[in-house]
Amino acid sequence: MTLAATAALLATGPTTGAAAQTHGFLSPTGVEIAFLLVGLVTFGAALVTVTTRQLVHAALWLVVTLGGLAVEYLLLTAEFIAWVQVLIYVGSVVVLLLFGLMLTRAPIGRSPDADSGNRWAALAVAVAAAAALVWVVVDAFRTTWIDLDGPAAGSTEATGASLFQNWVLPFEALSVLLLAALVGAIVLSRKAKAESSSPPVNAPGVTKSSRTVTQGSGSSEQEGAR
Amino acid sequence: MNDVLDVALRLLVVFVVFLTFPLIIGQTEHKVMAHMQGRLGPMYAGGFHGWAQLIADGVKFAQKEDVVPAGADRRIFQLAPAVALLPYLLVLLAIPIGPGEGAVGQVIDAGVFFVLAVMGVGVLGSLMAGWASANKFSLLGGLRTAAQLLAYELPMLLTAASVAMAAGTVSLPGILDAFEWWWLPWQIIGAIVFFVAGLAELQRPPFDMPVADSEIIFGAYTEYTGLRFALFLLAEYAGIVVLCGLTTVLFLGGWHGPWGADGLGWVWTLLKTAVLAFLVIWLRVTYPRLREDQLQKLAWTLLVPLSLAQIALTGIVKVVIQ
Repeated sequence: MTLAATAALLATGPTTGAAAQTHGFLSPTGVEIAFLLVGLVTFGAALVTVTTRQLVHAALWLVVTLGGLAVEYLLLTAEFIAWVQVLIYVGSVVVLLLFGLMLTRAPIGRSPDADSGNRWAALAVAVAAAAALVWVVVDAFRTTWIDLDGPAAGSTEATGASLFQNWVLPFEALSVLLLAALVGAIVLSRKAKAESSSPPVNAPGVTKSSRTVTQGSGSSEQEGAR
Repeated sequence: MNDVLDVALRLLVVFVVFLTFPLIIGQTEHKVMAHMQGRLGPMYAGGFHGWAQLIADGVKFAQKEDVVPAGADRRIFQLAPAVALLPYLLVLLAIPIGPGEGAVGQVIDAGVFFVLAVMGVGVLGSLMAGWASANKFSLLGGLRTAAQLLAYELPMLLTAASVAMAAGTVSLPGILDAFEWWWLPWQIIGAIVFFVAGLAELQRPPFDMPVADSEIIFGAYTEYTGLRFALFLLAEYAGIVVLCGLTTVLFLGGWHGPWGADGLGWVWTLLKTAVLAFLVIWLRVTYPRLREDQLQKLAWTLLVPLSLAQIALTGIVKVVIQ
Protein backbone atom coordinates (compact mmCIF):
# COMPACT_ATOMS: atom_id res chain seq x y z
CA MET A 1 0.00 0.00 0.00
CA THR A 2 1.51 3.31 -1.00
CA LEU A 3 1.43 6.44 1.05
CA ALA A 4 -0.90 8.15 -1.37
CA ALA A 5 -3.22 5.20 -1.32
CA THR A 6 -3.20 5.28 2.46
CA ALA A 7 -3.99 8.95 2.45
CA ALA A 8 -6.77 8.32 0.00
CA LEU A 9 -8.10 5.49 2.14
CA LEU A 10 -8.00 7.56 5.30
CA ALA A 11 -9.60 10.52 3.61
CA THR A 12 -12.37 8.84 1.70
CA GLY A 13 -13.47 5.67 3.38
CA PRO A 14 -15.77 3.38 1.45
CA THR A 15 -17.53 5.90 -0.81
CA THR A 16 -14.66 6.43 -3.27
CA GLY A 17 -15.54 3.67 -5.69
CA ALA A 18 -19.05 4.85 -6.40
CA ALA A 19 -18.06 8.50 -6.77
CA ALA A 20 -15.18 7.65 -9.08
CA GLN A 21 -17.65 5.89 -11.35
CA THR A 22 -19.92 8.86 -11.78
CA HIS A 23 -17.38 11.71 -11.52
CA GLY A 24 -20.04 13.90 -9.97
CA PHE A 25 -19.17 17.46 -9.14
CA LEU A 26 -21.99 17.75 -6.65
CA SER A 27 -20.87 14.85 -4.47
CA PRO A 28 -17.16 15.45 -4.01
CA THR A 29 -15.07 12.65 -2.56
CA GLY A 30 -12.81 13.05 0.46
CA VAL A 31 -9.71 13.29 -1.72
CA GLU A 32 -11.27 16.06 -3.76
CA ILE A 33 -12.16 17.98 -0.62
CA ALA A 34 -8.66 17.46 0.77
CA PHE A 35 -7.20 18.56 -2.56
CA LEU A 36 -9.27 21.73 -2.47
CA LEU A 37 -8.35 22.54 1.15
CA VAL A 38 -4.64 21.96 0.59
CA GLY A 39 -4.91 24.06 -2.53
CA LEU A 40 -6.44 26.91 -0.55
CA VAL A 41 -3.68 26.70 2.06
CA THR A 42 -1.06 26.67 -0.70
CA PHE A 43 -2.66 29.65 -2.39
CA GLY A 44 -2.84 31.55 0.89
CA ALA A 45 0.79 30.81 1.69
CA ALA A 46 1.78 31.96 -1.79
CA LEU A 47 -0.09 35.22 -1.27
CA VAL A 48 1.63 35.79 2.07
CA THR A 49 4.99 35.01 0.43
CA VAL A 50 4.68 37.91 -1.96
CA THR A 51 2.94 40.35 0.37
CA THR A 52 4.84 40.00 3.66
CA ARG A 53 7.33 42.71 4.49
CA GLN A 54 9.64 40.35 6.37
CA LEU A 55 12.18 38.90 3.98
CA VAL A 56 13.01 35.66 5.77
CA HIS A 57 9.33 35.06 6.53
CA ALA A 58 8.66 35.26 2.82
CA ALA A 59 11.24 32.52 2.22
CA LEU A 60 9.69 30.36 4.94
CA TRP A 61 6.17 30.87 3.57
CA LEU A 62 7.60 29.77 0.25
CA VAL A 63 8.50 26.49 2.00
CA VAL A 64 4.84 26.12 2.99
CA THR A 65 3.72 26.88 -0.56
CA LEU A 66 6.09 24.38 -2.17
CA GLY A 67 5.30 21.78 0.47
CA GLY A 68 1.59 22.28 -0.21
CA LEU A 69 2.23 21.66 -3.89
CA ALA A 70 4.04 18.43 -2.98
CA VAL A 71 0.99 17.33 -0.98
CA GLU A 72 -1.21 18.07 -4.01
CA TYR A 73 1.01 15.85 -6.15
CA LEU A 74 0.71 13.13 -3.51
CA LEU A 75 -3.07 13.39 -3.57
CA LEU A 76 -2.94 12.97 -7.34
CA THR A 77 -0.86 9.78 -6.74
CA ALA A 78 2.24 11.32 -8.33
CA GLU A 79 4.53 10.18 -5.54
CA PHE A 80 7.81 10.51 -7.38
CA ILE A 81 7.12 14.07 -8.50
CA ALA A 82 6.06 14.98 -4.97
CA TRP A 83 9.31 13.83 -3.34
CA VAL A 84 11.43 15.37 -6.07
CA GLN A 85 9.52 18.60 -5.48
CA VAL A 86 10.45 18.48 -1.79
CA LEU A 87 14.04 17.49 -2.54
CA ILE A 88 14.75 20.16 -5.13
CA TYR A 89 12.61 23.08 -4.07
CA VAL A 90 12.35 22.85 -0.30
CA GLY A 91 15.69 21.16 0.30
CA SER A 92 17.86 23.08 -2.13
CA VAL A 93 16.24 26.14 -3.67
CA VAL A 94 14.87 27.56 -0.43
CA VAL A 95 18.10 26.76 1.39
CA LEU A 96 19.97 28.63 -1.33
CA LEU A 97 17.53 31.50 -0.97
CA LEU A 98 17.97 31.63 2.80
CA PHE A 99 21.74 31.39 2.34
CA GLY A 100 21.66 34.39 0.03
CA LEU A 101 19.44 36.35 2.42
CA MET A 102 21.67 35.61 5.41
CA LEU A 103 24.81 36.42 3.45
CA THR A 104 23.56 39.80 2.31
CA ARG A 105 21.00 41.07 4.79
CA ALA A 106 18.31 39.42 6.79
CA PRO A 107 16.93 41.91 9.29
CA ILE A 108 14.56 40.67 11.95
CA GLY A 109 11.26 42.50 11.67
CA ARG A 110 9.82 44.46 8.78
CA SER A 111 11.87 45.90 5.98
CA PRO A 112 10.13 49.08 4.82
CA ASP A 113 11.94 48.95 1.48
CA ALA A 114 10.81 45.38 0.77
CA ASP A 115 8.38 46.65 -1.81
CA SER A 116 8.53 47.36 -5.47
CA GLY A 117 7.23 50.24 -7.56
CA ASN A 118 6.15 47.96 -10.35
CA ARG A 119 3.93 45.76 -8.22
CA TRP A 120 0.97 46.31 -10.55
CA ALA A 121 2.99 45.29 -13.58
CA ALA A 122 4.14 42.22 -11.64
CA LEU A 123 0.54 41.42 -10.74
CA ALA A 124 -0.53 41.73 -14.37
CA VAL A 125 2.26 39.42 -15.51
CA ALA A 126 1.43 36.92 -12.76
CA VAL A 127 -2.27 36.90 -13.62
CA ALA A 128 -1.52 36.51 -17.33
CA ALA A 129 0.90 33.64 -16.66
CA ALA A 130 -1.59 31.94 -14.33
CA ALA A 131 -4.39 32.33 -16.88
CA ALA A 132 -2.24 30.86 -19.63
CA LEU A 133 -1.22 27.90 -17.47
CA VAL A 134 -4.74 27.21 -16.25
CA TRP A 135 -6.07 27.44 -19.79
CA VAL A 136 -3.45 25.03 -21.14
CA VAL A 137 -3.92 22.52 -18.33
CA VAL A 138 -7.72 22.64 -18.47
CA ASP A 139 -7.69 22.31 -22.24
CA ALA A 140 -5.25 19.40 -22.18
CA PHE A 141 -6.81 17.35 -19.39
CA ARG A 142 -10.46 18.29 -19.71
CA THR A 143 -11.84 14.77 -19.75
CA THR A 144 -9.04 12.90 -18.00
CA TRP A 145 -9.87 11.27 -14.70
CA ILE A 146 -7.34 9.71 -12.38
CA ASP A 147 -8.40 6.43 -10.85
CA LEU A 148 -7.23 6.88 -7.28
CA ASP A 149 -8.06 3.30 -6.33
CA GLY A 150 -6.10 1.58 -9.06
CA PRO A 151 -2.33 1.30 -9.37
CA ALA A 152 -0.63 4.65 -8.79
CA ALA A 153 -0.60 6.53 -12.08
CA GLY A 154 2.43 8.58 -11.07
CA SER A 155 4.68 5.89 -9.64
CA THR A 156 8.41 6.10 -10.31
CA GLU A 157 8.15 3.39 -12.94
CA ALA A 158 5.27 5.02 -14.82
CA THR A 159 6.91 8.45 -14.68
CA GLY A 160 10.26 7.11 -15.86
CA ALA A 161 8.73 5.10 -18.69
CA SER A 162 6.68 8.00 -20.04
CA LEU A 163 9.58 10.42 -19.61
CA PHE A 164 12.07 8.31 -21.54
CA GLN A 165 9.65 6.93 -24.10
CA ASN A 166 7.43 9.85 -25.04
CA TRP A 167 9.22 12.94 -23.75
CA VAL A 168 12.91 12.29 -24.38
CA LEU A 169 13.41 15.32 -26.61
CA PRO A 170 11.99 17.92 -24.20
CA PHE A 171 13.90 16.20 -21.40
CA GLU A 172 17.19 16.50 -23.28
CA ALA A 173 16.44 20.07 -24.32
CA LEU A 174 15.87 20.93 -20.66
CA SER A 175 19.15 19.36 -19.64
CA VAL A 176 20.97 21.38 -22.29
CA LEU A 177 19.25 24.49 -20.93
CA LEU A 178 20.41 23.66 -17.41
CA LEU A 179 23.93 23.03 -18.66
CA ALA A 180 23.93 26.42 -20.34
CA ALA A 181 22.77 28.03 -17.09
CA LEU A 182 25.54 26.24 -15.22
CA VAL A 183 28.21 27.39 -17.65
CA GLY A 184 26.78 30.90 -17.53
CA ALA A 185 26.95 30.95 -13.74
CA ILE A 186 30.59 29.87 -13.83
CA VAL A 187 31.45 32.52 -16.42
CA LEU A 188 29.73 35.23 -14.36
CA SER A 189 31.50 34.24 -11.14
CA ARG A 190 34.90 34.13 -12.90
CA LYS A 191 34.31 37.59 -14.32
CA ALA A 192 33.42 38.98 -10.90
CA LYS A 193 36.64 37.55 -9.51
CA ALA A 194 38.77 39.14 -12.20
CA GLU A 195 37.13 42.53 -11.57
CA SER A 196 37.47 42.36 -7.81
CA SER A 197 41.18 41.58 -7.99
CA SER A 198 42.10 44.05 -10.73
CA PRO A 199 41.29 47.46 -9.12
CA PRO A 200 43.94 47.19 -6.35
CA VAL A 201 46.63 46.64 -8.99
CA ASN A 202 45.86 49.88 -10.79
CA ALA A 203 44.72 51.93 -7.82
CA PRO A 204 47.32 54.47 -6.70
CA GLY A 205 48.61 54.55 -3.17
CA VAL A 206 47.90 50.92 -2.39
CA THR A 207 50.77 49.29 -0.58
CA LYS A 208 51.92 45.86 -1.48
CA SER A 209 50.86 44.25 1.78
CA SER A 210 47.28 45.52 1.68
CA ARG A 211 47.02 44.36 -1.90
CA THR A 212 47.83 40.80 -0.99
CA VAL A 213 45.36 40.99 1.87
CA THR A 214 42.57 42.11 -0.45
CA GLN A 215 43.39 39.46 -2.94
CA GLY A 216 43.56 36.80 -0.27
CA SER A 217 40.20 37.69 1.20
CA GLY A 218 38.69 37.95 -2.27
CA SER A 219 39.74 34.47 -3.24
CA SER A 220 38.64 32.95 0.05
CA GLU A 221 35.25 34.57 -0.37
CA GLN A 222 35.10 33.03 -3.80
CA GLU A 223 35.89 29.66 -2.32
CA GLY A 224 33.15 30.01 0.24
CA ALA A 225 30.60 31.12 -2.32
CA ARG A 226 31.34 28.16 -4.48
CA MET B 1 -10.41 -2.02 11.60
CA ASN B 2 -7.50 -4.42 11.24
CA ASP B 3 -5.80 -2.00 8.86
CA VAL B 4 -6.11 0.85 11.32
CA LEU B 5 -4.69 -1.32 14.11
CA ASP B 6 -1.79 -2.34 11.87
CA VAL B 7 -0.96 1.27 10.98
CA ALA B 8 -1.21 2.34 14.62
CA LEU B 9 1.09 -0.47 15.72
CA ARG B 10 3.70 0.42 13.11
CA LEU B 11 3.58 4.09 14.04
CA LEU B 12 3.95 3.17 17.71
CA VAL B 13 6.99 0.95 17.04
CA VAL B 14 8.66 3.65 14.93
CA PHE B 15 7.93 6.23 17.61
CA VAL B 16 9.44 4.07 20.34
CA VAL B 17 12.54 3.47 18.20
CA PHE B 18 12.71 7.21 17.59
CA LEU B 19 12.64 7.91 21.32
CA THR B 20 15.03 5.19 22.51
CA PHE B 21 17.70 4.67 19.87
CA PRO B 22 19.07 8.23 19.94
CA LEU B 23 19.37 7.98 23.72
CA ILE B 24 21.19 4.65 23.46
CA ILE B 25 23.61 6.15 20.97
CA GLY B 26 24.05 9.20 23.18
CA GLN B 27 24.87 7.05 26.20
CA THR B 28 27.24 4.92 24.09
CA GLU B 29 28.94 8.10 22.97
CA HIS B 30 29.45 9.16 26.60
CA LYS B 31 31.04 5.86 27.50
CA VAL B 32 33.02 5.22 24.29
CA MET B 33 34.46 8.73 24.24
CA ALA B 34 35.38 8.46 27.90
CA HIS B 35 37.18 5.16 27.49
CA MET B 36 38.99 6.34 24.36
CA GLN B 37 40.23 9.31 26.36
CA GLY B 38 41.24 7.26 29.41
CA ARG B 39 38.25 8.31 31.53
CA LEU B 40 35.28 6.43 32.90
CA GLY B 41 32.45 8.73 31.83
CA PRO B 42 29.18 8.89 33.78
CA MET B 43 29.26 6.35 36.63
CA TYR B 44 26.67 7.42 39.21
CA ALA B 45 23.25 8.14 37.70
CA GLY B 46 21.13 4.98 37.88
CA GLY B 47 23.81 2.93 39.62
CA PHE B 48 25.20 0.55 37.01
CA HIS B 49 27.85 2.42 34.97
CA GLY B 50 25.73 5.55 34.87
CA TRP B 51 23.12 4.09 32.54
CA ALA B 52 20.53 6.71 33.50
CA GLN B 53 22.76 9.71 32.81
CA LEU B 54 20.77 10.87 29.77
CA ILE B 55 17.46 10.49 31.60
CA ALA B 56 18.90 12.70 34.33
CA ASP B 57 20.03 15.14 31.64
CA GLY B 58 16.52 15.14 30.21
CA VAL B 59 15.02 15.94 33.60
CA LYS B 60 17.54 18.75 33.98
CA PHE B 61 16.66 20.18 30.56
CA ALA B 62 12.94 20.01 31.33
CA GLN B 63 13.43 22.00 34.53
CA LYS B 64 15.37 24.82 32.89
CA GLU B 65 13.70 28.09 32.05
CA ASP B 66 12.68 28.43 28.43
CA VAL B 67 14.24 31.72 27.36
CA VAL B 68 13.48 33.54 24.11
CA PRO B 69 15.82 36.50 23.52
CA ALA B 70 14.10 39.88 23.40
CA GLY B 71 15.38 40.69 19.91
CA ALA B 72 14.54 37.29 18.47
CA ASP B 73 11.82 36.47 15.99
CA ARG B 74 9.70 34.73 18.58
CA ARG B 75 7.54 32.36 16.57
CA ILE B 76 10.26 31.11 14.25
CA PHE B 77 12.67 30.77 17.17
CA GLN B 78 10.18 28.50 18.92
CA LEU B 79 9.24 26.55 15.82
CA ALA B 80 12.81 25.74 14.74
CA PRO B 81 13.51 22.73 17.03
CA ALA B 82 10.39 20.96 15.78
CA VAL B 83 11.38 21.54 12.15
CA ALA B 84 14.82 20.13 12.94
CA LEU B 85 13.54 17.03 14.73
CA LEU B 86 10.37 15.85 12.96
CA PRO B 87 11.91 15.02 9.55
CA TYR B 88 14.05 12.30 11.14
CA LEU B 89 10.93 10.73 12.62
CA LEU B 90 9.39 10.66 9.14
CA VAL B 91 12.53 9.14 7.63
CA LEU B 92 12.56 6.35 10.21
CA LEU B 93 9.13 5.35 8.89
CA ALA B 94 10.63 4.38 5.55
CA ILE B 95 13.70 2.42 6.65
CA PRO B 96 13.15 -1.35 6.36
CA ILE B 97 14.60 -3.36 9.19
CA GLY B 98 13.94 -6.89 7.93
CA PRO B 99 12.73 -8.77 4.86
CA GLY B 100 9.14 -8.53 3.69
CA GLU B 101 6.45 -5.87 3.99
CA GLY B 102 6.02 -6.41 7.71
CA ALA B 103 9.37 -5.00 8.74
CA VAL B 104 9.06 -1.44 7.54
CA GLY B 105 6.94 1.40 8.87
CA GLN B 106 5.60 2.31 5.44
CA VAL B 107 6.62 1.02 2.01
CA ILE B 108 7.24 4.07 -0.13
CA ASP B 109 7.56 3.71 -3.87
CA ALA B 110 10.20 6.40 -4.26
CA GLY B 111 11.86 5.63 -0.94
CA VAL B 112 15.36 6.90 -1.73
CA PHE B 113 13.99 10.23 -2.85
CA PHE B 114 11.69 10.40 0.15
CA VAL B 115 14.44 9.90 2.73
CA LEU B 116 16.90 12.29 1.11
CA ALA B 117 14.24 14.95 0.55
CA VAL B 118 12.95 14.81 4.09
CA MET B 119 16.44 14.75 5.59
CA GLY B 120 17.20 17.93 3.64
CA VAL B 121 14.16 19.61 5.21
CA GLY B 122 15.61 19.01 8.68
CA VAL B 123 18.42 21.44 7.93
CA LEU B 124 15.82 24.21 7.57
CA GLY B 125 15.42 23.96 11.35
CA SER B 126 19.05 24.95 11.91
CA LEU B 127 18.73 27.78 9.40
CA MET B 128 15.58 29.09 11.08
CA ALA B 129 17.24 28.86 14.49
CA GLY B 130 20.35 30.62 13.26
CA TRP B 131 18.43 33.49 11.76
CA ALA B 132 15.70 33.93 14.37
CA SER B 133 18.10 34.09 17.33
CA ALA B 134 19.20 37.63 16.41
CA ASN B 135 22.74 36.72 17.34
CA LYS B 136 25.86 37.10 15.22
CA PHE B 137 27.26 33.73 16.21
CA SER B 138 23.96 32.07 15.43
CA LEU B 139 23.76 33.76 12.05
CA LEU B 140 27.29 32.58 11.26
CA GLY B 141 26.30 29.09 12.31
CA GLY B 142 23.23 29.21 10.08
CA LEU B 143 25.31 30.44 7.14
CA ARG B 144 27.81 27.64 7.60
CA THR B 145 24.99 25.12 7.88
CA ALA B 146 23.54 26.26 4.57
CA ALA B 147 26.92 26.30 2.82
CA GLN B 148 27.65 22.82 4.11
CA LEU B 149 24.29 21.45 3.02
CA LEU B 150 24.67 22.85 -0.48
CA ALA B 151 28.09 21.25 -0.76
CA TYR B 152 27.16 17.83 0.56
CA GLU B 153 23.68 17.19 -0.74
CA LEU B 154 24.99 16.58 -4.27
CA PRO B 155 27.46 13.73 -3.56
CA MET B 156 24.88 12.15 -1.25
CA LEU B 157 22.23 12.17 -3.97
CA LEU B 158 24.64 10.94 -6.64
CA THR B 159 25.83 7.96 -4.59
CA ALA B 160 22.26 7.07 -3.64
CA ALA B 161 21.41 7.26 -7.34
CA SER B 162 24.27 4.86 -8.04
CA VAL B 163 22.71 2.26 -5.73
CA ALA B 164 19.31 2.85 -7.28
CA MET B 165 20.85 2.24 -10.71
CA ALA B 166 22.44 -0.99 -9.50
CA ALA B 167 19.17 -2.25 -8.04
CA GLY B 168 16.94 -0.91 -10.80
CA THR B 169 14.52 0.53 -8.26
CA VAL B 170 14.29 3.51 -5.91
CA SER B 171 12.27 1.72 -3.26
CA LEU B 172 14.29 0.86 -0.16
CA PRO B 173 12.86 -2.66 0.35
CA GLY B 174 13.26 -3.19 -3.40
CA ILE B 175 16.96 -2.29 -3.21
CA LEU B 176 17.42 -4.78 -0.37
CA ASP B 177 15.60 -7.51 -2.31
CA ALA B 178 17.99 -7.01 -5.23
CA PHE B 179 21.12 -6.93 -3.07
CA GLU B 180 23.97 -9.39 -3.72
CA TRP B 181 27.09 -9.71 -1.62
CA TRP B 182 29.38 -8.49 -4.42
CA TRP B 183 27.64 -5.11 -4.38
CA LEU B 184 29.77 -4.40 -1.34
CA PRO B 185 33.09 -4.05 -3.23
CA TRP B 186 31.23 -2.68 -6.28
CA GLN B 187 29.64 0.21 -4.38
CA ILE B 188 32.31 0.73 -1.72
CA ILE B 189 33.40 4.17 -3.01
CA GLY B 190 29.78 5.27 -3.05
CA ALA B 191 29.30 3.94 0.47
CA ILE B 192 32.22 5.95 1.83
CA VAL B 193 31.16 9.11 0.00
CA PHE B 194 27.57 8.71 1.20
CA PHE B 195 28.64 8.20 4.80
CA VAL B 196 31.05 11.14 4.79
CA ALA B 197 28.49 13.42 3.15
CA GLY B 198 25.88 12.28 5.66
CA LEU B 199 28.21 13.12 8.54
CA ALA B 200 28.65 16.57 7.05
CA GLU B 201 24.91 17.00 6.69
CA LEU B 202 24.44 16.05 10.35
CA GLN B 203 27.23 18.46 11.32
CA ARG B 204 29.05 15.78 13.25
CA PRO B 205 32.79 16.09 13.88
CA PRO B 206 35.03 16.41 11.93
CA PHE B 207 32.44 18.43 9.98
CA ASP B 208 31.01 20.37 12.93
CA MET B 209 32.09 23.74 11.61
CA PRO B 210 28.50 25.15 11.90
CA VAL B 211 28.28 24.37 15.63
CA ALA B 212 32.00 24.80 16.47
CA ASP B 213 31.52 25.42 20.18
CA SER B 214 35.00 26.83 20.75
CA GLU B 215 34.70 29.59 18.14
CA ILE B 216 31.06 30.40 17.41
CA ILE B 217 29.59 28.94 20.61
CA PHE B 218 27.37 26.22 19.16
CA GLY B 219 26.37 28.31 16.17
CA ALA B 220 22.64 28.28 15.53
CA TYR B 221 21.90 26.91 19.01
CA THR B 222 23.68 29.63 21.02
CA GLU B 223 20.50 31.18 22.36
CA TYR B 224 18.59 27.98 23.07
CA THR B 225 18.04 26.65 26.56
CA GLY B 226 16.10 23.90 28.24
CA LEU B 227 13.84 21.58 26.30
CA ARG B 228 14.28 23.31 22.95
CA PHE B 229 18.04 22.85 23.14
CA ALA B 230 17.47 19.22 24.15
CA LEU B 231 15.30 18.78 21.05
CA PHE B 232 18.16 19.97 18.84
CA LEU B 233 20.52 17.52 20.55
CA LEU B 234 17.94 14.76 20.10
CA ALA B 235 17.71 15.70 16.42
CA GLU B 236 21.46 15.24 16.08
CA TYR B 237 21.37 11.75 17.57
CA ALA B 238 18.24 10.78 15.68
CA GLY B 239 20.15 11.93 12.62
CA ILE B 240 22.94 9.49 13.47
CA VAL B 241 20.41 6.66 13.74
CA VAL B 242 18.90 7.62 10.38
CA LEU B 243 22.22 8.03 8.59
CA CYS B 244 23.63 4.74 9.88
CA GLY B 245 20.38 2.95 9.09
CA LEU B 246 20.31 4.38 5.58
CA THR B 247 23.96 3.51 4.89
CA THR B 248 23.20 0.00 6.11
CA VAL B 249 20.17 -0.34 3.87
CA LEU B 250 21.68 1.23 0.76
CA PHE B 251 25.23 -0.10 0.82
CA LEU B 252 25.69 -2.84 3.41
CA GLY B 253 22.78 -5.07 2.49
CA GLY B 254 20.50 -4.33 5.44
CA TRP B 255 19.00 -7.60 6.65
CA HIS B 256 21.25 -9.78 4.47
CA GLY B 257 23.86 -11.65 6.48
CA PRO B 258 26.18 -14.64 6.18
CA TRP B 259 23.65 -16.78 8.06
CA GLY B 260 20.29 -16.61 9.79
CA ALA B 261 18.52 -14.99 6.84
CA ASP B 262 15.05 -16.04 7.99
CA GLY B 263 13.86 -14.53 11.22
CA LEU B 264 17.15 -12.93 12.20
CA GLY B 265 17.31 -10.28 9.47
CA TRP B 266 16.50 -7.46 11.86
CA VAL B 267 19.48 -8.45 14.04
CA TRP B 268 21.80 -7.91 11.09
CA THR B 269 20.29 -4.51 10.37
CA LEU B 270 20.66 -3.42 13.98
CA LEU B 271 24.18 -4.81 14.22
CA LYS B 272 25.40 -3.01 11.11
CA THR B 273 23.70 0.20 12.23
CA ALA B 274 25.34 -0.07 15.65
CA VAL B 275 28.80 -0.62 14.14
CA LEU B 276 28.35 2.44 11.92
CA ALA B 277 27.16 4.48 14.91
CA PHE B 278 30.29 3.41 16.77
CA LEU B 279 32.31 4.59 13.76
CA VAL B 280 30.58 7.98 13.97
CA ILE B 281 31.60 8.31 17.62
CA TRP B 282 35.12 7.07 16.86
CA LEU B 283 35.55 9.70 14.15
CA ARG B 284 34.43 12.38 16.59
CA VAL B 285 37.11 11.40 19.08
CA THR B 286 39.82 10.96 16.44
CA TYR B 287 39.76 13.87 14.03
CA PRO B 288 40.09 17.63 14.55
CA ARG B 289 37.51 19.95 13.02
CA LEU B 290 37.87 20.86 9.36
CA ARG B 291 38.10 24.54 8.45
CA GLU B 292 35.27 25.91 6.30
CA ASP B 293 37.36 26.18 3.14
CA GLN B 294 38.90 22.73 3.65
CA LEU B 295 35.41 21.34 4.02
CA GLN B 296 34.16 22.94 0.80
CA LYS B 297 37.28 21.79 -1.00
CA LEU B 298 36.79 18.23 0.20
CA ALA B 299 33.21 18.24 -1.03
CA TRP B 300 33.72 19.77 -4.46
CA THR B 301 37.12 18.42 -5.45
CA LEU B 302 36.99 14.97 -3.90
CA LEU B 303 33.50 13.73 -3.04
CA VAL B 304 31.64 14.98 -6.14
CA PRO B 305 34.19 13.53 -8.63
CA LEU B 306 34.33 10.29 -6.65
CA SER B 307 30.57 9.93 -6.69
CA LEU B 308 30.46 10.66 -10.43
CA ALA B 309 33.14 8.00 -10.94
CA GLN B 310 31.03 5.59 -8.87
CA ILE B 311 28.01 6.28 -11.09
CA ALA B 312 30.12 5.63 -14.20
CA LEU B 313 31.43 2.39 -12.69
CA THR B 314 27.92 1.32 -11.75
CA GLY B 315 26.67 2.03 -15.25
CA ILE B 316 29.51 0.12 -16.94
CA VAL B 317 29.17 -2.95 -14.73
CA LYS B 318 25.40 -2.86 -15.08
CA VAL B 319 25.64 -2.87 -18.90
CA VAL B 320 28.32 -5.58 -18.91
CA ILE B 321 26.41 -8.03 -16.69
CA GLN B 322 23.23 -7.63 -18.68
